[in-house]
Amino acid sequence: MRRFSWFNATALTLGFAFLYVPMLILIVYSFNESRLVTVWAGFSTRWYGELFQDQAFLDAAWVTLRVAFVSSTLATVLGTMAAYVLVRGGKFLGRTLFSGMIYAPLVMPEVITGLSLLLLFISIGLDRGIFTIILAHTTFSMCYVSVVVSSRLVGFDRSVEEAALDLGCTPFDAFRSVTLPLIAPAVIAGWLLAFTLSLDDLVIASFTAGPSATTLPIKIFSSVRLGVSPEINALSTILILLVTIGVISASLVSKRRIVQQKRDEQMAEQAA
Amino acid sequence: MNLARRTLIGIPYLWLLLLFLVPFGIILKISLSDVTLAIPPYTPTLDLTEGWSGIRAFLRGLDWENYVFLTEDDLYWKAYLSSLKIALISTFFTLCVGYPIAYGMARAAPEWRPTLMMLVILPFWTSFLIRVYAWIGILSSEGYLNQFLQWIGLISEPLQIMNTPTAVYIGIVYTYLPFMILPIYATLDRMDESLLEAAEDLGCSRLSAFWMVTFPLSRSGIIAGCFLVFIPAIGEFVIPSLLGGSSTLMIGKVLWEEFFSNRDWPVASAVAIILLLILVIPIILFQKNQEKEQEADA
Repeated sequence: MRRFSWFNATALTLGFAFLYVPMLILIVYSFNESRLVTVWAGFSTRWYGELFQDQAFLDAAWVTLRVAFVSSTLATVLGTMAAYVLVRGGKFLGRTLFSGMIYAPLVMPEVITGLSLLLLFISIGLDRGIFTIILAHTTFSMCYVSVVVSSRLVGFDRSVEEAALDLGCTPFDAFRSVTLPLIAPAVIAGWLLAFTLSLDDLVIASFTAGPSATTLPIKIFSSVRLGVSPEINALSTILILLVTIGVISASLVSKRRIVQQKRDEQMAEQAA
Repeated sequence: MNLARRTLIGIPYLWLLLLFLVPFGIILKISLSDVTLAIPPYTPTLDLTEGWSGIRAFLRGLDWENYVFLTEDDLYWKAYLSSLKIALISTFFTLCVGYPIAYGMARAAPEWRPTLMMLVILPFWTSFLIRVYAWIGILSSEGYLNQFLQWIGLISEPLQIMNTPTAVYIGIVYTYLPFMILPIYATLDRMDESLLEAAEDLGCSRLSAFWMVTFPLSRSGIIAGCFLVFIPAIGEFVIPSLLGGSSTLMIGKVLWEEFFSNRDWPVASAVAIILLLILVIPIILFQKNQEKEQEADA
């Protein structure tokens, strides 16, 4: 028996209104003609035009994309390795320390992570720039990747891998042809998570960027401090739309995969 | 142990040692150093070329001065306490807002639930900075909220919400809401609803059945959600600096300013170490709750 009452309907309506109205306002007012963002003066795409003319924003966006792409790829490789070691690695010296170092960055305040990495880069004399942001982002996002991947690794039966090994696969072949396809959805999800974390990060990037590299969040933050601006509304709208398209298509893909899987299972049952 | 296995363990291990543990040791070390007008702006620095005497001289140079300074200056105590207070109050409000949403989702028709779930997760993937920024336009004195309230005639003077702790509460509730909804929804979704029917058959009203059955059963989700909001909210920087103005004191902001404006690295490091010590307690409690949860599942 399901109880769907007026209370539930109201809670959901108000709750989702609270979550979405602020973003909708942002989107609507990005098409406002006036520079005064709180006064509606007619529809216009003027601010999108100005945004794409603004070289500083474009440069920052390019830096951000490069950092996000490289760091999320590195983080996916390292995080998948770490997850495999944690779940399948057995006992080794310093295992507790290792799993501690995987989980600690997840709860570490960003100001501390940022400060500690900056102090490291300075004490070894590494010039700050894109490279140091990549190192910093890889370090914290590999931990997220490893948590996502290890929950998938825990979930499936180890005997499949063992069968491959018994049939004469080398461990590397077994990983490539058996384990990797099974954990692929988690690895992809991990990469996407790492990519978004890197795109969003303001605090750690501000500490590790130095004067030579500016990422989009740093640029947004410094202009937002002066108040609301229509260009930032336009930029926010673009980013919100990109994320929306990404999330909706990801959920459609996973829905189709579940349907496909059910159909395969049914066919297998009928065949048997 | 063969080479392949060693490499597999060694690479991520070494990465984390060098970029997580070592930096951490450096913070600890600098928090015990003194400020100087030099590059790097602290002393002593470790000089390994002088061998043991260099290390001894280095250790002699370390002291607790910065920590003593933190206890003497009111600012830091107030900032730690005010961060804890703001985190606590906003966690409570996030629970009040999040619970009904999670409850509504768990009671919605099954075919609706994946969509509702996606609607909760979507803001989580959207830039944090942009979601905080969205509230500046709403809360400022000529913002949309004040315009609306004046238009319907509820107020004649604009409300001052922006740059007050209230704006920070709203910001935290808004940005951390998915972290509260998801664990509570997970526990409510698993719940056996025949328990509720049993309670009602035994004469409970619907409200008392909720308080006596549903609420206790969702406890682990509530605890998990509260910690997931509380822990990061303590060290929050973006929300207080964009919405809180100068009147809101939070330790993440103090650390930032100590570092970027005052350029006092040793004090910033000491602030970070104390913040970590404060966070250890809720983190351990959270871990305990998660372990208990996993045992209950198994």
